[in-house]
Amino acid sequence: MRALRRFIDRMRAKSPWLLHFDCGSCNGCDIEILACLTPLYDVERFGIVHLGNPLHADLLLTSGTVNPRNRKVLANLYAQMPAPKVVVAVGACGLSGGVFRDAYNVVGGIDRVIPVDVYVPGCPPRPEAIIDGVVLGLQKLAGGGRGGR
Amino acid sequence: MRHTVIPFGPQHPVLPEPIHLQLTIREERVVEALPALGFVHRGLERLVEARDVPQMIQVVERVCGICSMIHAHCFCMGVEALLGIEAPPRAQVLRVLWSELHRVQSHLLWLGLFADCLGFESLFMQFWRIRERILDLGEATTGNRVIVSVNVIGGVRRDPDAAQLAWVAAEIDRIEEELRRLEPAVLDDPTVRRRTVGKGVLSRDQAWELGAVGPTARASGIAEDMRQTNYAAYGRLYFEPVVETDGDSHARLRVRFRETLASLDLVRRAIRILPAGEVRLKLREPPAPRGEIVVRVEQPRGELLYYLKGSGEKRLDRVRIRTPTFANLPALLAMLPGVSLSDVPVVTLSIDPCISCTER
Repeated sequence: MRALRRFIDRMRAKSPWLLHFDCGSCNGCDIEILACLTPLYDVERFGIVHLGNPLHADLLLTSGTVNPRNRKVLANLYAQMPAPKVVVAVGACGLSGGVFRDAYNVVGGIDRVIPVDVYVPGCPPRPEAIIDGVVLGLQKLAGGGRGGR
Repeated sequence: MRHTVIPFGPQHPVLPEPIHLQLTIREERVVEALPALGFVHRGLERLVEARDVPQMIQVVERVCGICSMIHAHCFCMGVEALLGIEAPPRAQVLRVLWSELHRVQSHLLWLGLFADCLGFESLFMQFWRIRERILDLGEATTGNRVIVSVNVIGGVRRDPDAAQLAWVAAEIDRIEEELRRLEPAVLDDPTVRRRTVGKGVLSRDQAWELGAVGPTARASGIAEDMRQTNYAAYGRLYFEPVVETDGDSHARLRVRFRETLASLDLVRRAIRILPAGEVRLKLREPPAPRGEIVVRVEQPRGELLYYLKGSGEKRLDRVRIRTPTFANLPALLAMLPGVSLSDVPVVTLSIDPCISCTER
């Protein structure tokens, strides 16, 4: 049984399924995240599949700041993901609020609501940086991830 | 007969952005659609109280990352008009050049997302592959891929040299050739036609009454394009709006595809008429605009309106932004009743919704 578990842990990092949620970004990061899926950058070579269902996802990729209305949605999506899971926050505003820091409807970074494993800075970060962040997240997933054993 | 209420969004595979539609369904047909907004609202208009005018350019660029160049262009034109200055002719043409490159990348992005939402994944990959080459042109001439951040009060930050511009012109020709090769796959493909022809019809009268703008209005036969007002250098480029009359999702697809080609042509002509000279006025003191003004420009999604009010301070008193998706949402709600549930994503995407613009 333990051997099977180790096998699943190893294989999970080889084909992680990714969920993307935009919680209030300017789209700059979102289109760079989508650009990662396209022929020039092609994250599918790492076995990464982008999908829309949190119940199947290993890795949550978020962009943008949190506001009082979408923090519930974000927390809900995170709670629906099965453990082990990894969260990658993309973009300056997802890290600290960035350029929107002083705006009245901005709570701040993603880590005010859910725990974050990898921070990708930049406004917006280049696709290479996002891929790098996701690959770092995969190493954490291979090491057990959050809520894992 | 019983009704079923189905939530669509805020997190949905075809939507890159959170919007929530509450769909009332009877026998797989939409009876009523109610939108719920506010998932992306940040309160950027109020940020004028904390940022001075040059800093505010960085903020308006981040109203929407897809059309950041055009937001900054509109804001800078307004402030320049309040200050009574005008950007040098070379800067005016360069602004048109970058705006049109931005429009091309935005339309290619939408064409890709639309193909993806029809389940036509290879076409999505093709459009995004071509889009990367447009981004390369932008990055080589401005220094950034997405948020190009090239506008300043009184001109532009960068000045591409002749060799770069010749390369841009040559690259534009090659991109146009590739796009023309994709044309039959987009417009004549039987699967695409069955999913889009007659879906989400908006008549000319409806479009007019509901105040639709941009490609959504032009697909319903309203020949209205803010570039006809000849702001910046559009007056010297003999611009013609692209119009279709069917008003369905396929007409909106045709308008955007033809506009992409038209924008590539505008880039080519802008390079041809580019005058020599300065690209940026030297301002003696920090800008302190006085008075109020309304500026309108054409964004990839339609008419963008900025209202600026200043009282001679280094910070503006008020910025009001009216974005095209906000104007197109009533039209979307008029298109949805009668549509089958499986076509809701197609019709929603056909107005090219930009939620981060709408909610700011």
